[in-house]
Amino acid sequence: MPKIKVKRASTTIDMTAMCDVSFLLLTFFILTATARQPEPLQVDTPASTVQIKVPDTDLGTITVGDDGKVFFGVTGQNIRMRMLERMSEKYSIGFSQKEKERFSLMEGFGVPIGNLKQIIAMDNSERNKKGLQPGIPTDSVGNNPSELHDWIIAARYATKEIDNKEMRVAIKGDAKEQYPSIKKVIDILQGQKVNKFSLVTNLRSEDY
Amino acid sequence: MAELNTGGKAQPRVDLTPMVDLAFLLITFFMLTTTLAKPHAMDVAMPDKDKENKDDNLELADNRTMTVLLGANNKISYYMGQLEKPLEGPTTVDYGKNGIRPVLLKKLKDVQAATGKGLIVVLRPSDHSSYRNLVDIMDEMKITNVQQYMIGDISDPEVEQLKKDGIY
Repeated sequence: MPKIKVKRASTTIDMTAMCDVSFLLLTFFILTATARQPEPLQVDTPASTVQIKVPDTDLGTITVGDDGKVFFGVTGQNIRMRMLERMSEKYSIGFSQKEKERFSLMEGFGVPIGNLKQIIAMDNSERNKKGLQPGIPTDSVGNNPSELHDWIIAARYATKEIDNKEMRVAIKGDAKEQYPSIKKVIDILQGQKVNKFSLVTNLRSEDY
Repeated sequence: MAELNTGGKAQPRVDLTPMVDLAFLLITFFMLTTTLAKPHAMDVAMPDKDKENKDDNLELADNRTMTVLLGANNKISYYMGQLEKPLEGPTTVDYGKNGIRPVLLKKLKDVQAATGKGLIVVLRPSDHSSYRNLVDIMDEMKITNVQQYMIGDISDPEVEQLKKDGIY
């Protein structure tokens, strides 16, 4: 019996074009992604149904957690450097250029300004050890406003000088934190007429 | 010149399928981490604190005002009007869709029907309430679409009331 020859079409598809596209996209996403910085104070933010994201720039974040410890951080290295310059003038503590540069790479900090030099001198992993940084003082001393008040003012001025924008303030509190410690921060903000700020929350996943 | 053709030798081809698989996996990962990792922000506008004219306060209509006291153990106490002569309450409820939400929705409707104006909610967190409570109740305002609400300081009689209800 003669064999019937069936011509089979090849089932392989040329993957080159698809590969090109996918790697292009991959490159794009890798470059736009920002690496997550380690935070000196880990907080578990409460959940809400709000869908608005926090802005990326010109944002000062006040982190409250671990029984009322307050940490502060600003976005932007230039702004951080200028903020430190203003604070060093105000408290007459000199910082060298190297210290300023190291400070500008820190995401946030939570020490009284007298201890800031020691924290700057540490490396990243050491600095972010739990319980090392005691928090920024929030109580006013006599007639002088609290250190946190001064840091926020310095950050707002620095943002205005460099980016010519108003700094937005976000409060990132731990869900279990008692209200008085949050209230203290809100009062400091209101003391400098910042009446609008944001509360940082997670997305609520369960049915609420 | 004679062409060198050694017959049906196929061009060397590499199977790109696993590579594409991997690339797409990574794309998915980076896409999700960039958009999902960003925290959300709830905007708060506090009433301006005028230190010079402390008594420059606006009178609120009793029948439009609902005061919500945030107590300890995730409990809420609410009343309408003033604490000395409340129009309703104080009543203790829970958070969430079986607690404060039906109350708020009902009050919104009632006040709208009775006065033609919106409900005003005053939130007063006590010292024993947590930050989660504050965010929860503000979230509730967003969900029930209360247009006017504010965060105020709790007064001593209100603390007494919470103590009496056992949620301080």
